[in-house]
Amino acid sequence: MTHKAKPSRTLTTEELARVEGEGAMRVEIHEGTVGRVELNIYEPPRFFEGFLRGRRYSEPPDITARICGICPVAYQMSACRAIEDALGLEVNGQLRELRRLLYCAEWIESHILHIHFLHLPDFFGLDSAIDLAGINRPAVERALALKKIGNELLELIGGRAIHPINVQVGGFYKVPTRRELLAFRPKLEHARDMAAEVVELVGGLDFPELEVDHEMVALRHPTEYAILDGRIISDGGLDITDQEYPEHFVEEHVEHSTALHSRIRARGTYLVGPLARFRLNFDRLTTVAADAAGAVGLTADCSNPFRSIVVRAVETLDVIEVGLAIVDAYDEPDRPYLEATIGGGTGHGATEAPRGLLYHRYKLSDDGVITDAVITPPTSQNQAAIEDDLTRYVQANIGLDDEELRKGAEVTIRNHDPCISCATHFLDLTVVRT
Amino acid sequence: MNNRSGSRPKLAVWKFASCDGCQLTLLDCEDELLEVAGRVEIAHFLEASSARVAGPFDLSLVEGSITTAHDADRIRKVRAESKSLVTIGACATAGGIQALRNFTDVDEFLSVVYATPSFLSTLGTSTPISDHVPVDFELRGCPIDKRQLLEVIGAFLAGRKPNVRDHCVCVECKQRGNPCVLVAHGTPCLGPVTHAGCGGLCPAFNRGCYGCFGPMESPNVESLIGALTEVGMPAEDVDRVFHTFNAWSEPFRTAGRREERP
Ligand code: SF4
Ligand code: SF4
Ligand code: SF4
Repeated sequence: MTHKAKPSRTLTTEELARVEGEGAMRVEIHEGTVGRVELNIYEPPRFFEGFLRGRRYSEPPDITARICGICPVAYQMSACRAIEDALGLEVNGQLRELRRLLYCAEWIESHILHIHFLHLPDFFGLDSAIDLAGINRPAVERALALKKIGNELLELIGGRAIHPINVQVGGFYKVPTRRELLAFRPKLEHARDMAAEVVELVGGLDFPELEVDHEMVALRHPTEYAILDGRIISDGGLDITDQEYPEHFVEEHVEHSTALHSRIRARGTYLVGPLARFRLNFDRLTTVAADAAGAVGLTADCSNPFRSIVVRAVETLDVIEVGLAIVDAYDEPDRPYLEATIGGGTGHGATEAPRGLLYHRYKLSDDGVITDAVITPPTSQNQAAIEDDLTRYVQANIGLDDEELRKGAEVTIRNHDPCISCATHFLDLTVVRT
Repeated sequence: MNNRSGSRPKLAVWKFASCDGCQLTLLDCEDELLEVAGRVEIAHFLEASSARVAGPFDLSLVEGSITTAHDADRIRKVRAESKSLVTIGACATAGGIQALRNFTDVDEFLSVVYATPSFLSTLGTSTPISDHVPVDFELRGCPIDKRQLLEVIGAFLAGRKPNVRDHCVCVECKQRGNPCVLVAHGTPCLGPVTHAGCGGLCPAFNRGCYGCFGPMESPNVESLIGALTEVGMPAEDVDRVFHTFNAWSEPFRTAGRREERP
C-alpha cells in the first residue's frame, strides 16, 4: 500500500458499477478520521407513488412491477397483499402456495445474479462475471444454469421472467396444472445440487473484517422462512403487523439522494435483507439449508455484511427446497383467483424482496380507485445502514491508498445489493481528505 | 463479426430513467451470454461490469428515458461516441411509464413523493431517446424480448437490417394457437393495435393484452376502441389502458385522452 500521510482526503466514486440503478458515494476524511459519508442516489425519480393515484385497485401489480426489473415479483406480491388487505380478501391454500413458488423463483434468479454477477467478481479482484468465466468457467456456467431454472419457473407460473403478466389481485389469471409443475421437478432437483455447490464456493471466500450492530428487521412466519407474509420483527424488540408499520417507521428526504431514508421512529438506523432474515429466522430454514450453512461455518449471529453473499447462497438452496415441497403438495385450485368485492379502505402489505423488506400501502375510494400510495423499498430502509458500514469500513482501513479504499468501499455497498432503481433510485465514490 | 482491424466490436449498454429490466434481458440470455461476450468487447455495461473502456463504441444499447437536463447532455455524448445506437424498451423508445408525468404538472408528483421537492432537479417531461438524438433502431417492449434483442445485436454487428416484424400481437396469437380472448370471452384486448414481440403471451394466460410493446405500425386505434366499448370496457378504463407503459407514443398518447380524440 502506498499510503502517504496526506492529512486530508476525499474519496469519491462517480458511478458505482454492478449495482442496480445509479448512485455515487462521497467520503470525507479529516486528519485520519472519517467525517461525512454520503451515499448519493442520483437515479432520476420516476414518481410511481404519484401516478398510482387515480388508477384502479387492479393496476398496481402490473404498474409497480416496473419499479424494478430484477425483483418485479416482490413489487407484485407486496402490492397484491396491500390491496387485498384493503379489500378484506384473504388468499390462502394453493393460490398462496403458488405465490410463494413464484416468489421462490425470483429469489433464485435474483440471488444468483447478485452473487455471481454483482458481488463475486470483487472477491477475485475482477471486473465482471465474464472475466470470472476466464478463471472459473464452470462456476459461471453453473450460475447461468441456475439462473435459467429460476427464470423458467418464473415463466411457467408468471408467464414472463421480467414483469410477469399472470399476477392479479386475488391470485392469477391462469394456474399451472399439477402435471406441468411435476414436470419441472427434475430441474429443481438439479438446481438444488448446484445451489449446494454455490454455498461451498462462496463459503470458502476470504472475508474482510467488519462487524456491524444495526437493529435487524425482517418478516417472521410461524412455520416458514418468511417471504410472502408474517409479522415484522427485529432483534431490538419490534413485533408488529403490516398494518402497524407506519406507526414505527418514518421516511425522511435527505438532500444528497433521490431515495428517501427510512428510520425506526424510536431508534433510527436499521438493516433489512439477507443478514437480518438469517438472524431472525435461522430456526425456520429447511434442514438441507441449515446443514449447508453449518458446513461452511455460517451461524445465525453473523454480523459481517461481507458474508451476506454466503447467506444469499444458503437462502437460494432453501427456497429451492421449499419450492420442491410446494410442487409435491400442489393441487390445482378450482379457480385461478378470488373475486374481490370493491370497496374503500386502507391496506398494508410487507413481503421479503430478495434485498429485504418491501412495504406498500394503498388507500382506496369506495369505487376502488387509489387515492394514496406509499412504497418503501429495501434500499431506502438500508441507506443509513450502508452509510454507517462505509464509515466503519473506511475508518478501519484508513491506511489504504485511495484506490484500494475506493474498491473496498464499493464492495461494502454491494454487500447490501442496493437496488437503486427501486429506491428510485447507482453509485460513485468520492473521498475528500482534509 | 470482427471489424476491419480484426479486433472485437465494442458494445456499450447505457441506462437512463428505467427499471433495469431491459438490460437485464441481456444477462438473461443464459445460453448465449458467454458466446456474445466472446464475440464483442463489453466496453461499458455498469450493471454487469466495473470495467470501463473508452469510446468510440460500435454499438450502443440505450435503456431508459430522458428526465433530467444532465441526462439530455449525456445522451448526446453517447450518440457522438457510438457508430450505431439502438434503444431498448418502452422507456427509451416511448418515454416509459414515467412519461405519465407529461400529462400533468410534475410538481404535483414531486410533492406527493418528496417532502422537500427543492432538493431535486428533474424535467417536467420524460421523453424518448429519439426526441434528443438520431436513433438507428428502436426495439419495443416493456421489457424487450430476448430473441428480438439477440437478433438486433447480431444484425447490427453484422451490418445488416434486423429482422423484427412489425405486425400486431394478433398475428402471434394465431401462430401460437391462442383462442381469441376478445372474441371468445369478451375480454378487452389491445392485441390488434399492439406491436408484436411477446409471442401472444397474455392471451395464452387468459388475459387481454395491455399494450406493453406499444403501438404497431399504423394501428387502427379508433376501431379497436369501438370494439372495447362494445364488450363493456368503461371509457375511463379505455383511457387508462392506453396510458400505461407506452403512454407518450402516438397514437396511444391521444387514444388515452378522450377529450383530445377527434
Ligand atoms: S421498458 Fe419496461 S422493462 Fe424496460 S427499462 Fe423501461 S420499465 Fe423497465
Ligand atoms: S386475443 Fe387479443 S391479441 Fe389475440 S387475437 Fe384476440 S384480439 Fe388479437
Ligand atoms: S400480450 Fe400485450 S401486454 Fe401481454 S406481453 Fe404481449 S404485448 Fe405485452
